[in-house]
Amino acid sequence: MRRTLIEGLLSGPLTQAAPGADDPELAALAAEVERAAAASLGRSLSIRHVDAGSCNGCELEIHALGNAYYDLERFGLRFVASPRHADVLLVTGPVTLNMREALERTYAATPAPKWVIASGACAKDGGVFAGSYAIVGGVGDVVPVDLYVPGCPPRPATLLKALLALFKGRER
Amino acid sequence: MTTANPTQDQAWGEAWGEAALRLASGEARLVGLWADGAEARMALSTGRPELEFFHYVAVDGSFPSVGATHAPAIRLERAIADLSGLRARGAPDPRPWLDHGRWPLAHPLGDGAPAGGGEPERYAFLGAEGVGLHQIPVGPVHAGIIEPGHFRFHASGETIVRLEARLGYVHKGVERLMAGADVARGAELAGRVSGDSTIAYQIAFARAVEAASGIVAPPRAAWLRALMAEIERVANHLGDIGAICNDASFALMHAHTGALRELTLRAADIAFGHRLMMDRIAPGGVLVDLDRDRRAALRELTATIRDRFPRLVELYDNTASLQDRTVGTGRLDPELAQRFGCGGVIGRASGRDFDARRDHPYSPYGELRFETPVRREGDVNARVWVRIREVEESLRLIGQILDRLPVGPIRAKREPAARAGEGWALAEGFRGDVFVHVRLGDDGRIARCHLRDPSWFQWPLLEAAIEGNIVADFPLCNKSFNCSYSGHDL
Repeated sequence: MRRTLIEGLLSGPLTQAAPGADDPELAALAAEVERAAAASLGRSLSIRHVDAGSCNGCELEIHALGNAYYDLERFGLRFVASPRHADVLLVTGPVTLNMREALERTYAATPAPKWVIASGACAKDGGVFAGSYAIVGGVGDVVPVDLYVPGCPPRPATLLKALLALFKGRER
Repeated sequence: MTTANPTQDQAWGEAWGEAALRLASGEARLVGLWADGAEARMALSTGRPELEFFHYVAVDGSFPSVGATHAPAIRLERAIADLSGLRARGAPDPRPWLDHGRWPLAHPLGDGAPAGGGEPERYAFLGAEGVGLHQIPVGPVHAGIIEPGHFRFHASGETIVRLEARLGYVHKGVERLMAGADVARGAELAGRVSGDSTIAYQIAFARAVEAASGIVAPPRAAWLRALMAEIERVANHLGDIGAICNDASFALMHAHTGALRELTLRAADIAFGHRLMMDRIAPGGVLVDLDRDRRAALRELTATIRDRFPRLVELYDNTASLQDRTVGTGRLDPELAQRFGCGGVIGRASGRDFDARRDHPYSPYGELRFETPVRREGDVNARVWVRIREVEESLRLIGQILDRLPVGPIRAKREPAARAGEGWALAEGFRGDVFVHVRLGDDGRIARCHLRDPSWFQWPLLEAAIEGNIVADFPLCNKSFNCSYSGHDL
């Protein structure tokens, strides 16, 4: 273990540079955010993830945000275990009828001010599962959504920009 | 394969009963149990490459329960009752499974009649009685970044007396969406049954359709499919090895395997244009080719993992505090693994020497050299070790495929014909054997497609493996199983 630790200390970080202020994808996402989080919360957000029916592809890429390359926590962003600790709900999947109530209750348990990010093509409008008897549709059909993140699944780099966009969005 | 014709003779009824007895005696293992219209269908394996198929025409809307004598069939029969409305006569558990009473219609794969409406019924969890027992309800929304499901624990102090899972929360109605779809749309859906196994599902679906329509994917396509499958296996096993250690509070391993997993996904992105390789495979072949330059990205990846992984294995092996958590924890009895036909890492860590790549061989695995690691302890530690060995084997396979990738077309000359037919396939995903059975209509569109995730025969065993463990070790055990919620709920 000692060797692994020492090498880890001596070799440079794997972490990628943060997206710059001029990043077009970040700017586009920020433009969609109606109310920025920075004014209310400073530069730190607690995120609660809710899988409302995804195929688990989105979860894999959300997990990747925590790896050494994206290192989400350097931005003051972290995943929390309870909606009661959260500022942001990161919701994936088409909302299934069997998960609808759980999503509603999670939203209700999140203290205001709160933001909802709907992540992935399914969360937008049901994606490939649109039209099924078993799904409601998009996340926006169940709870108010502040930002949609495109992709099937969204790449971690895109997800990261979406979370940062919450800080940079337009002020009302 | 037999087809249904109730007027022909009644031999199918007897054959069904005999098949159920062979399952109960352990002579055969259950591969699939589903309904197609008014017919119950069953696929069995007896160790030969071919499967045996049985059907039962449910004249009065019911068929003799297989679950009555063979427990692995119980949840499949409950799902059939929910989705198709066919009732298993004499079934030991009449409770609904996937249907939580929230859909607008009942029996979406059957008559699809409007549902009764009203408040969903309370689910009756199995009980446990004893002095000082208490219940712990967990989910469907969990504390981590994982899929939703409900776990009901009965605990005596710290010790788990009974665990019962309630699933179905992420049921998306995939099989109904499949009905009437063309095969391209079918491939898109199959690749999203369980996102972490998208390649395994794409392969199983494509091969089932190819079998049904009598086309064969060219050799290069089969080899590229296997290449993607092994990359998927490496990526998922790396993620799981780290995540299991992380659930034992050993974050160092998680950090290192997480970095290797990221490199794997990036190499997949360079090689095939998508990090998880969704929508890369279609019936008749593959949709993307691999040129020489992009092959280099994969060679670089395998070299990097070969360089760094052994030291992580050593780290796992030499960290006593970590082994203290994994050795002896969540032990799955080999006898149970065998009876349930439990596939994948979980089965192989409990002595079940089964690998669909070898036992139901499909191209190109017959031409490749690989070992199937098996251990008998059945604990969390054994499941970690099987994953470690499988990473190494998959790296070998990737190397062989890159060296010997045949030249030629990547799509079959002709498209799947517009004709009726049936076909099946088993594909070995990182989690175990994915079974797909497809029936095409006269127009060549999908009439019925059944997709059975390996998790169906693994979720029930988690409940057995956890008994007598402490509640705090549940995340560790659950992660070492890593069953799919989406693949199971469908």
